[in-house]
Amino acid sequence: MAFPQQRPQAPQLPQHLLRTVECQQGAVRAVRFNVDGNYLLTCGSDKSLKLWSVSRGTLLKTYTGHGYEVLDADSSYDNSQLCSCSSDKTVILWDVASGQVTRKLRGHAGKVNCVQFNEEATVMLSGSIDGTVRCWDTRSRRMEPIQILDEARDGISSLKVSEHELLTGSVDGRVRRYDLRMGQLHVDFTGSPITCVCFSRDGQCTLSSSLDSTVRLIDKSSGEMLGEYSGHVNKDYKLDCCLSDKDTHVLSCSEDGHVYFWDLVEGSLTLKLPVGKAVVQSLSFHPTEPRLLTAMEGRVQVWGAEPEDAAVEDT
Amino acid sequence: MASDEDSDEDFVNYGTPLEPLEEDEPIRKPVPVHEQTVKDEKGRYKRFHGAFTGGFSAGYFNTVGSKEGWTPSTFVSSRQQKAERQNVRPEDFMDEEDFGEHGIAPQEIVTTEDFASERKDQLKDKARAVSSLAALIPGDTGLLEELIAPARSSIGVELLRKMGWKDGQGVGPRLKRKHRKQNTDAAKVYGCALPANGSEESEEDDDEFAPENVTFAPKDVIPVDFTPKVDSHGLGYRGLNPLQALGGGSELGHLNLFTLQSDRTANLFGNRNSRQQRKGGIGGQAFGVGAMEDEDTDIYHKDSMSNYDTVLGGEEPGDGLYGWTAPQQYTRKKDALKRAVAYSGRILDGFTLASEVAEIKTVYPPPDLPRDYRPVHYFRPVVDLSTVSPIVAQALQTSRGHLSQDAPQQGRHSLGSSQRRDMLGETPLQGPSTVFELLDSKDRERLNEIRRAAEERKKPMGNLSSAEDRAAVVASAKAAALRALSSRFQSNAPQPDSHTQSLTSPTKSQASSVTQMALNAWSGPTADASKTFKPFAKNSQKQARYDLYINKLKQGDKDALESSLDSSMTEWERGREREEFVRAALLYKPSNSSLSSRFTRGKHEDDTDSVDVTRDQENDVDDKQAAVKMKMFGKLTRDTFEWHPDKLLCKRFNVPDPYPGSSSVGMPKVKRDKYSVFNFLTITDGSQVSREAQSAPKPPEVSNKKSRWDIPGQVSEPKDPLSAFLSETRSEVSAAQQIEAGTKTQTDSPHASATPEVKVAQSDEQQTEQKTEEEDKEEDEEEEVRPPMDLFKAIFASSSDEKSSSSDEDDSEEEKEVTPPASEPIQSSAETLNPPVSAQITPAPDISKVPDIKQLTVQSMPSAETTSQNTQFSQRAPAKSEGLDEEEFGPRLPPPGFIPSAHSPQLKKQKKKDKEKHKAKKHKKEKKKKKNKKHKHKGKQKKRVEESNSSSDDTDSNSEDEEVVSTSELLQRLKNIRNKR
Repeated sequence: MAFPQQRPQAPQLPQHLLRTVECQQGAVRAVRFNVDGNYLLTCGSDKSLKLWSVSRGTLLKTYTGHGYEVLDADSSYDNSQLCSCSSDKTVILWDVASGQVTRKLRGHAGKVNCVQFNEEATVMLSGSIDGTVRCWDTRSRRMEPIQILDEARDGISSLKVSEHELLTGSVDGRVRRYDLRMGQLHVDFTGSPITCVCFSRDGQCTLSSSLDSTVRLIDKSSGEMLGEYSGHVNKDYKLDCCLSDKDTHVLSCSEDGHVYFWDLVEGSLTLKLPVGKAVVQSLSFHPTEPRLLTAMEGRVQVWGAEPEDAAVEDT
Repeated sequence: MASDEDSDEDFVNYGTPLEPLEEDEPIRKPVPVHEQTVKDEKGRYKRFHGAFTGGFSAGYFNTVGSKEGWTPSTFVSSRQQKAERQNVRPEDFMDEEDFGEHGIAPQEIVTTEDFASERKDQLKDKARAVSSLAALIPGDTGLLEELIAPARSSIGVELLRKMGWKDGQGVGPRLKRKHRKQNTDAAKVYGCALPANGSEESEEDDDEFAPENVTFAPKDVIPVDFTPKVDSHGLGYRGLNPLQALGGGSELGHLNLFTLQSDRTANLFGNRNSRQQRKGGIGGQAFGVGAMEDEDTDIYHKDSMSNYDTVLGGEEPGDGLYGWTAPQQYTRKKDALKRAVAYSGRILDGFTLASEVAEIKTVYPPPDLPRDYRPVHYFRPVVDLSTVSPIVAQALQTSRGHLSQDAPQQGRHSLGSSQRRDMLGETPLQGPSTVFELLDSKDRERLNEIRRAAEERKKPMGNLSSAEDRAAVVASAKAAALRALSSRFQSNAPQPDSHTQSLTSPTKSQASSVTQMALNAWSGPTADASKTFKPFAKNSQKQARYDLYINKLKQGDKDALESSLDSSMTEWERGREREEFVRAALLYKPSNSSLSSRFTRGKHEDDTDSVDVTRDQENDVDDKQAAVKMKMFGKLTRDTFEWHPDKLLCKRFNVPDPYPGSSSVGMPKVKRDKYSVFNFLTITDGSQVSREAQSAPKPPEVSNKKSRWDIPGQVSEPKDPLSAFLSETRSEVSAAQQIEAGTKTQTDSPHASATPEVKVAQSDEQQTEQKTEEEDKEEDEEEEVRPPMDLFKAIFASSSDEKSSSSDEDDSEEEKEVTPPASEPIQSSAETLNPPVSAQITPAPDISKVPDIKQLTVQSMPSAETTSQNTQFSQRAPAKSEGLDEEEFGPRLPPPGFIPSAHSPQLKKQKKKDKEKHKAKKHKKEKKKKKNKKHKHKGKQKKRVEESNSSSDDTDSNSEDEEVVSTSELLQRLKNIRNKR
């Protein structure tokens, strides 16, 4: 009774609302999956960072210690540490289990927009409005950064780290890729302030969204544009974009309350997922499954490919 | 310790006595043994051992036990080994201390002196060979060392050795006798050994086993001397010799104080071997058997009366000493004397042979002195004729009394620097080679004259031998030198007067005096230009001009400066260069140059006139902008730079360091001359900025356009004095600078885009910008917390505003199209086509020259601000939480929305907004008027929110799409209103 599969299964898009989490921490500035996608982190404007279970939507831990709203967070590969950055110009390394501040790093001259661990969580990289990216050592007790990347001429709005590369998007309209292995810095000019950058999962392309309401897919090696995705609204706010788990679709937040899904190759709008009426501020795609997190105002919504009745009931 | 009472017992007390116990005092526990401490002379704690060797720190707390307890060594029966010798050596009773370097039996094996010099150590040889390379005498391996080595033995012994004498032998012809027995099994001596007793007891060897044809060296002997008896001992009693006793040097079994000759002779042959086994230590009746002694054979030795002669006469002992009552040594000495002092002559009556041979002192005559010896030593200076003035050399040579003409050719030390340089093939140093080149030509001539005169005088005379002549020459040389020096200073003094020329323009008077100074400095005959210092070596053209100028100065050209400058350059540049040249000419004037050329330049020039600039500069931004517009991403928009990650960062990323050799981090930096073309950019940029500020208001569509740099909640009050002042001054400055900037942009290179100066200018601009912001913020502070729109709507719902209704309608139209927030009727059409950034760039027609987008954005801030200050009242978003966004650069954070209270669902708020969207416009205007009242209503805000929330509950079921659109509309409208005000 084995029928050969007719065609490859169409990629599933997370278009069904599984649950809504009211975070109770002011506006949710960023929402992030952890490494395996079982937990999520929400950065609140009430200075708190919260850890939630994705499957149950329950609050696991609240991390307080920032002096101003938390803007970004990341979890380490082993889920033992968290890092977060805030408008209070600090970067904090948290111990997940105890909720204690392991290290509080000051040095940025302005609010810190983005923070990322490297692959082994040995370095935290933070990008700030002061135009610098600082590399903080999590191994040593040094309070000074290992290196300060001050090549950007304006604030760093977004930052991603791969195995040996560092991708930064700056308000000066440039996407910079620092290649540690080659010792090179590639600067791609976009012309419009970058709001978000990310690597594709295969590591060959970079995705950057800018304030001209455009998301661009750029070939990493040559700098050529592979695709341009527009239709959404992104003119004022720092909104996130990302790629789906299988690199099939490009996703972007929009100021009109939708999440836009484009087909990566064709560039056509596949889905316009209505999230709410306000600005969809942040989103995060599950690392392996078609599952999406969106943050709008004070709540986080979890979206899945198939409707999950139990999940709806939960909310 | 002994009790004090029984004093009849002779105890020895150690340590401090205990304090007497008082009656009522409780008896203190004695300090246990293991807690009693002894300190050595260095203050370290030592444990007193007591017993055996009197040492410390032996055993375990004065016991033979160990920490674990007393563990006896396993018993081994010695029954089987009874016959064997008990091999207990003194070493068995010694500890590490004794074997140590300073112990009584050091274990380290050291080559003794005698052997060291005979057989050479290979290691030492090698070391010596290596060190000989750097020695004074090349190739010398310890030659000097052997020369200096101290004599180990006297010359007499050396001579004897050469003649075949060996240590321990007597002196004299070899005898046909049995070789005396050597002390083969000599006792091992610890500590200070006594000098060997010589062959004291071996005098009476019998020669019955001597082979026929073997001769032996005579025995070493010590001559007997009769010492007068000065002590009060009995005859023959020697007393205890402590040295002998302690050192154990005595070879006798025990100290026999009464040693009779017969005993000794018996000892010599009889039980000598067994006695020899005794090894050191104190022995004797009083001391019992020591630990070192094997057997206690002789301990109870008693002098029996049989040892004494009781009867005169009697039996002859057989040794021919019958009746000899003097101590035995004298008998021996008498014998020895006969042999040792070989005096063959007769001894006169009343005389005896001298026991000591009087030393004959030879007095040698003093050596003959050479005839020309002078008992005074003086040091002659080494004179190199090439480096020292000939006159001085001459004087020196003559003072020596002889001329060493071939001195310079002799050793390497006598070579001059120039000669060495020629040999090495180096380029000659810049500057004069001798002191004389520093002198004026006149002075030199004078000196030459003197020299010539001296030479002439010398010729007829040949050698200047007499002291008077020499003195005369030196004196004349001195006088000439003085004259030359004084004339030099005099000649310089009047010069300014003669050369002073007044230049026509009064403003140049000061400069002219400076140029005159330069002229004076250079006009004299000096070193040629090729040897002078080149201050503008980096810029060859400039250096060429400078050289021209210097040459002209040398020729005494008065307007050297003007003529040497490039006429094609601008007035400003020429002015700058003029100043630089004059300064350089003064600074590096001939004498200085000659001195400075003596020093080498540092490898790293620590110019203060340069700044660190990233080496790689970005390509033209205009091109990129165009490329982006044409969507031609790729090579046009990409720049690749060299970038050095930190070593630690590489380590943390598990990546090999891409530049293992380099120590720099980040982008490679280069030094740039401060006075380069880039310098002018600061001025140009400033003008550009101000031009920007000025030109920005010109096109109407830009004037009200909201820059993304705008502070969202910024309230720019028209009455704000500082910002108003700033804007005024800016416009003034820009007006003034516009003309200048126009000319300068022509001279500027087009690629002069990303320089630090630009950054500085920007940061300055930002600072002033931030200052104004802060001013504004202060104003803002009061109004940071605003009630939401609906509050005002509720209050002012009835009153309709008339003035801005038309613009409101425009707004709403635009909002439906989701236009950018900065919307003006005129621009809106254009803006929908263009992305906002390009719209921002368009305003000024000449803005395409602006190199950097960042510069642009920075500059647009003040423009937007200043223009908005008078007209705009920017209003806070109603939903804004407490001033979070007061400083916003780049993309902002979205408004947080309503923070839902614990019991109110959040969705309601959205519906409410939706409902109110049409009314909202009106409120906004009203709010402007009533802003002063806002604070009063703040408290009511929440209540009203909840009211409206509940009222809009029923709209929950509306289609989502509509809601979304309307929400965005609402947001847009709010933004627009904020921008307009």
